[in-house]
Amino acid sequence: MCGIVGIINTDRTKIDGSYIREAIRIQNERGNGLGGGFAAYGIYPEHKDNYAVHIMYQGGRHSDIIKKIENFLEQKTKVHHSEEIPVYPTSTIPSGPYFKRYFVNPLKEQIPVGKNEDDAMVDIVMSINRMGDAYVISSGKDMGVFKGVGFPEDIADFFRIQDYKGYMWIAHNRFPTNTPGWWGGAHPFTILDKAVVHNGEITSYGTNKRWLEMFGYFCMLQTDTEVISYIFDKLTRKDGLSIEDACFVMAPSLWEDIEYENADKKMLLRQLYGQAIVNGPFGIVLTHSGGAIVLNDRNKLRPVVCARVGSTYYASSEECSIRLLSPKVDELWSPKGGEAVIINIAKEEAA
Amino acid sequence: MKNNWKTIPPFHPEIDYSRCDYKNGCTLCAHECSWGEIALKPEKLDNGTVVYKPVANLTSCGSCQRCVKMCPYNAIHIVNSPMYTSHGYWTPDYVGNIWKQASSEGGVLLVGNGATGPQRRYFDHLMFDACQVTNPSIDPLREPMEIRTYLGRRPAQWGEETFPLLKLEVPIMFGAMSFGALNLRVHEAEAKATKEIGTYWNTGEGGFHKSLREKYGANTIVQVASGRFGVSEDYLKSAAAVEIKIGQGAKPGIGGHLPGEKVTPPISQTRMIPVGSDALSPAPHHDIYSIEDLRQLIYAIKEATEYKVPVSVKIAAVHNVAAIVSGIARAGADIIAIDGFRGGTGATPLQIRQNTGIPIELAIAAADERLRQEGIRNQVSLVASGGIQCSSDVLKAICLGADAVYVATPVLIALGCGMCQRCFTGKCAYGITTNKPGLAERIDVDEAAWALKNLLHAWAEEIEELMGSMGINAIEAMRGNRDRLRGVGLNEEELRILGVKHAGA
Repeated sequence: MCGIVGIINTDRTKIDGSYIREAIRIQNERGNGLGGGFAAYGIYPEHKDNYAVHIMYQGGRHSDIIKKIENFLEQKTKVHHSEEIPVYPTSTIPSGPYFKRYFVNPLKEQIPVGKNEDDAMVDIVMSINRMGDAYVISSGKDMGVFKGVGFPEDIADFFRIQDYKGYMWIAHNRFPTNTPGWWGGAHPFTILDKAVVHNGEITSYGTNKRWLEMFGYFCMLQTDTEVISYIFDKLTRKDGLSIEDACFVMAPSLWEDIEYENADKKMLLRQLYGQAIVNGPFGIVLTHSGGAIVLNDRNKLRPVVCARVGSTYYASSEECSIRLLSPKVDELWSPKGGEAVIINIAKEEAA
Repeated sequence: MKNNWKTIPPFHPEIDYSRCDYKNGCTLCAHECSWGEIALKPEKLDNGTVVYKPVANLTSCGSCQRCVKMCPYNAIHIVNSPMYTSHGYWTPDYVGNIWKQASSEGGVLLVGNGATGPQRRYFDHLMFDACQVTNPSIDPLREPMEIRTYLGRRPAQWGEETFPLLKLEVPIMFGAMSFGALNLRVHEAEAKATKEIGTYWNTGEGGFHKSLREKYGANTIVQVASGRFGVSEDYLKSAAAVEIKIGQGAKPGIGGHLPGEKVTPPISQTRMIPVGSDALSPAPHHDIYSIEDLRQLIYAIKEATEYKVPVSVKIAAVHNVAAIVSGIARAGADIIAIDGFRGGTGATPLQIRQNTGIPIELAIAAADERLRQEGIRNQVSLVASGGIQCSSDVLKAICLGADAVYVATPVLIALGCGMCQRCFTGKCAYGITTNKPGLAERIDVDEAAWALKNLLHAWAEEIEELMGSMGINAIEAMRGNRDRLRGVGLNEEELRILGVKHAGA
């Protein structure tokens, strides 16, 4: 049981984090104080062309790992700017790991032949995560993730997310049962600009994880959700699938339905990407710089409600979060199992 | 002296004459026994009538249990002969084998039906996960479960060239057992069952009888082994896939031998060898001495079949199996079948059977891991075989990295086999591993196919139940899913190779 909320302003209107803080706070029953987190898009306009790398250092501000990581970043990237992520300890979260953010671009001469800047950035993220005691919490452009152990409203206060203004926000309230409640294991999980909050349990994790490892994605954060952001990145960015096709791969139709439709493309997608199927109960909100996706497992084993108010879309585990933010909505619906709700910011702008 | 060295049969039938109806003329057991163990002796009754009494010879019983199963009066049971040694080290097996070899039997000891050795059965030390509060289990009676799988090479990513695939409605195929080793009726039963279920059977190396080709070719995998029996362009094109047999789990590094007396006219025609001649498959393919040679054969077969069917390579599970599998994948194979040391066969030299090869559980896990590390797992499908005994073994093999499994001994057992381990004698009392008229007719094709379909249905249902208990409704989500397994009573090295955590972790 976890709580998820997403707010997507397709006209790119920015709002501050206090808005989503309230939306996730009222889902208090869906968490147990062992994890909360937020992802925000559009928060670093002054560095929008640089990758904003948020790194969590387990050992504190004087840990040796910081120097090691920073040397590594200096070797691999041009670091335009770096700073501590300001935190504000509270009575509920008196201390936490040490956070820094770096605005970087991979050095061209360090990018292997046949790879691009995004590929190089993914390699850098994976390398850092495998060094131990330092974990990349987010690595997209003009976006960032703030997460940790605590109720989400406490995490919001710890990072003062009301100080950040973004056009798209997602939030998570965690109730862990399968993996430890630790700072790196809180949601959202990210790679580049993709961020995922998830309610459920991914029983295909072992298969997904081993499949992803073949392509250079290593799951180091001890939580099953990590695979979803990597699968989506692999399918859309590396393999060039459309968002619709990527969603089909993760929650495909039954074989018999594919055959009934006589859908050759779907047949091929499922044959090729069988190990990218996400099985088990899940309700996710996945955001990327171009929009958001709301997706349930194909058995619809977790609640997700969507709503639209003008050019603002909401997604949540509980309708109360949406009603709290906007008592009147233009549309409200529960997506079917396996049927993706795709919210495309660019398309909305063009229209 | 010679008489003193007579081997002692380990089993014999005991007949309860108070139940036996021989006095009224029942002699069924003697007719059913194909081993000459139960003979009929004339007996004069008090009224002067002569009847025939079944008597055990105490010389040739292998405990096939045919007489027990067929006796209408439940008058027979098989008993173990008394132990002739209580020595803890010199067990009856070792003593008996030396007696055999020192006697006129001499030579290499042959046994059938695979290894019986004490090596660990890893499947029994692996436990599945189950749903509790965070993920609901799925009831296969109410929710769709998908156990369909596809075998063959996949492109590295979307948009690249695609390849022919085999569609399996259940992740189980019938393993290679040749025409000659089995009779045509058993082959037809296998073909019929797999066609109706939607999976595949494997002809083995003895060719593909022409009477079956048109009707069952789409569900058949034909083999090309070192003997090249029955191999022609038509043969290669007659099936859904072609398998090159390099090795087999029951006898790694050993060739095949079908004795001349088993080479009857239909077998001679199908294998394309003279009637009555020994069919020898040498241990090596004499045109394959390296991986490059194997690659040439793979592509020769692909050329011959116009790239329309996948080509499989079957190897025995041996010490360096992961590296070998990697090489075979890079040589162009679409499917690699790995056969563990418990694989069954008609005849294996005893010392090979007990001491050569490795368990399939370790082999498949190591091979899958290596292919993933090298990023080429998509290039090939892995089929596990050799000692799969039940549906949970199938699913465990899939969790360890297999795409599907071959089962062969379970096919024999489903048709009645009693594990007497004397398939190579050609006297199978159940009519399975024999071509002898009178014995082979004991197989009714429709009944045998019905039994095999039942077996596949039953295992498929059990697999669905197991998956449902883990909250998984697509078998793709089980493949290589070692997270769903935990080891019990395994050491660190075993767990590392299997890629599973110990229970409690």
